[in-house]
Amino acid sequence: MTKFQVIDFYSQKKQKGYQLLPFKFSELDSDRYLLTNLAGEYITLKKEVMQPFVLHQLNEDSEDYINLRSRQFLHDEHNPIASDLLSLKLRTRFSSLPQFTSLHIFVVSLRCEHSCPYCQVSRQSEDKGSFDMTEEIAEKALQLVFKSPSPMIKIEFQGGEPLLNFEMIKYVVKKALQINQTEKRSLDFVIATNLALIDHEILVFCKDHGIHISTSLDGPEDLHNKNRPRPGKNSYQKTLEGIYLSREILGRDSVSALMTTTESSLGRVKEIIDEYLALDFGGIFLRHLSPYGFAIKTKSYLAYSTDRWLDFYKEGLEYIIELNKKGIDFREYHACTVLTKMLTSNNPGFVDLMSPSGMGIAAVVYNYDGTVHPSDESRMLAEMGDNTFKLGNVFDNTYEEIFSSDALLTPLEESFALSAPMCSDCAYEPYCGSEPVYHHGIHKDFLGRKPSSDFCHRNMTIFKYLITRMEADPYIKNLFLSWANHS
Amino acid sequence: MISLYGKVTHIGGALLGRAPIALTTDSTLPQALANKFALVSDSINIPTAYQAVFRKKVSPKSGITEYLLPEELFHLGKGDFISINPENQFTRVLYRGASNQNSILLTERCNHYCLMCSQPPRNVEDDWILEETMQLIRMLPMSTPELGFTGGEPTLYGQGFIDLMHHTKAYLPHSSIHILSNGRSFADMDFTRAYAEVDHKDMMLGIPIYSDDPVRHDYVVQSRGAFDETIRGILNLKSLGQKVEIRVVLHKQTIGRLVALCEFLARNLLFVDHVALMGLEMTGFTRANIDKLWIDPYEYRDTLSTATLLLKSYGMNVSIYNHQRCLINDDVLFANRKSISDWKNEFVHECNGCSKLSECGGFFTSGMLHKYSPNIRPFA
Repeated sequence: MTKFQVIDFYSQKKQKGYQLLPFKFSELDSDRYLLTNLAGEYITLKKEVMQPFVLHQLNEDSEDYINLRSRQFLHDEHNPIASDLLSLKLRTRFSSLPQFTSLHIFVVSLRCEHSCPYCQVSRQSEDKGSFDMTEEIAEKALQLVFKSPSPMIKIEFQGGEPLLNFEMIKYVVKKALQINQTEKRSLDFVIATNLALIDHEILVFCKDHGIHISTSLDGPEDLHNKNRPRPGKNSYQKTLEGIYLSREILGRDSVSALMTTTESSLGRVKEIIDEYLALDFGGIFLRHLSPYGFAIKTKSYLAYSTDRWLDFYKEGLEYIIELNKKGIDFREYHACTVLTKMLTSNNPGFVDLMSPSGMGIAAVVYNYDGTVHPSDESRMLAEMGDNTFKLGNVFDNTYEEIFSSDALLTPLEESFALSAPMCSDCAYEPYCGSEPVYHHGIHKDFLGRKPSSDFCHRNMTIFKYLITRMEADPYIKNLFLSWANHS
Repeated sequence: MISLYGKVTHIGGALLGRAPIALTTDSTLPQALANKFALVSDSINIPTAYQAVFRKKVSPKSGITEYLLPEELFHLGKGDFISINPENQFTRVLYRGASNQNSILLTERCNHYCLMCSQPPRNVEDDWILEETMQLIRMLPMSTPELGFTGGEPTLYGQGFIDLMHHTKAYLPHSSIHILSNGRSFADMDFTRAYAEVDHKDMMLGIPIYSDDPVRHDYVVQSRGAFDETIRGILNLKSLGQKVEIRVVLHKQTIGRLVALCEFLARNLLFVDHVALMGLEMTGFTRANIDKLWIDPYEYRDTLSTATLLLKSYGMNVSIYNHQRCLINDDVLFANRKSISDWKNEFVHECNGCSKLSECGGFFTSGMLHKYSPNIRPFA
């Protein structure tokens, strides 16, 4: 059949050569570079291939060339469509930006009956009513909430211990639902609580109004109670009872738990994961401490280095992978978030890993005293006396003043990773975020100094680790694909 | 295997024209309806209101137009549509009432020349098929569940194709319409807009992509620049909310980058409605190019699993077509479809005693005759 042409006929081109499309590269290990394109897709290249590639000398029939063209790192006469596909994916990645703020945090009380030494919000002892949000403040805050153009609004109640001011939660929920009868947003509520004060009556209210529960669980009983002291030394027991009761009334899906790593947690990651497994949770978020509040005062934050936490994290992740190999469906939620960014064009909406930063434009905090902050971390900083990020006050400032204030726009702009020194040419930038509050807290600079930034070190290590693992093991690649798409 | 062609013998009465003929076996239709049908019957009493009568055996003269069916067309009956060439009595079955997979070939012309084409294109003047199809569509019952259009490349008709789609929407608004196209015509946004304006509620285009490597895709379809136009076409179609299915034929030239192709689809065309991973049909050009194309599906079963599970992870709707049950891994059973057209589906002697025939895609007759995997084995 001479009518059929051979493949070389179709690789011939009128114009010789190829053009590079925008990409960034970093060393992955001693043999390979990691390259990422504008849409966050990655490819690994042997180091010796890098130079011929950028010098436009790569053999056009080679596997590397074909892979680079397929993933839009280069284009030639055969794929002029590349830039259209890239721009489509880039638009998708940032498509939630114009929707603006969806997470609205109400600190209804700064009081707490726990006395955790790692408390990052600087809770107050129980009896001081002046640390409670008032109806006037809540009402003003709600007006601001519904000024957000976001079609999805989530109101999260935080503290202190928000259940110490449950009356205010009820007030806000009823009022918000009332306003929403005309606003017609997709409206969700969640209470972040230690569950010590939960009871049947509160949960029935939650059920009737579609409120979810998010709680803290640090691991086995001795560890949890050591991390989270309260009168009676029974935080663990209270939390478990609360989880069971909440599931009974609200349903299993409506209760989630978060852990915080302290120095005492470090050698015990498997026990901590087993605790979550035994309690029938579908996964765990292995969380490090942040340098705010009492975590600084009590030196909890400085008690372990980033590297020690990373060892803890890796050990935990390996254990979770082993569980999955045994057929037990269990996830690590931080990895899920990162993998969503690596393997899809979706935005997982995790405020700690966003660029531009999620401060103000993804989440906003209405504090018990009526002050407005662009993030949980920023109000933590404010409790320590640093009001750099304070956006204003529900009584004195309009929505426009708050969301176009220099206190918001300057750190957003200065920390934007795509234009930040070192970030702009870091291969991991599409997966990372900018953390102006953290970097201001540590380096007194919105941008921070990347070579000495623990944020940078911790995230880069995790990114490298996830990529290395899934590139080496097809089972893990497949597992991570399912995490990326269902996080 | 059911034959779709044959030669009838004209016995009496005036010759029927070339227009589609609707068949029935019901000799008691009221006159108002009877004159829309030809009757398949060996009965002695044939009401004269029918257009004609088709006989399986020589019977007493009916007095109306009368044909004798060849044995291979004895399957014809109620709900079937045929067309007879009045010059030589050559008869084509246009539509089978008993099948839910009716497909109409609109043209033999094509701007591709695929290595494995099952319907080798011919550059012939066959515009008359479009007119015949217009007539047929007016005659089909509104309850028709599904109708396929194929070629050749149906969109080469340009406005004629768009007119046919409007016609289809008008006469078959509730049917599932499936069109096989290489998608290149839709690189023209004006054409895509015209197609979208048809606005049939259940109309899907099946478009092939054979590789994420443009050179390889162009090679498989034997046409330079095909990949870029096809992808552009798909983007245009999806930007106007049209349903698109990606079809990948698996063979030696496509299996090497199948996983890379699926990654490309998941990252770039996540919004397509369906991906079909299809086994090779041993007919047409495939037989001429068998050395370049044949790979035992048993050898690529793990690759097929990886590719299928990858698409599933991304939440894409994926199906495996034209594969035998014993050649695929259990982890992709969720995607396996019994897809081979009813009139093509059969089994080979190795299948004797197999307990899973009901889960099996079976064989194309062409595959049984010409080539199939040496790894076919019956399940206990």
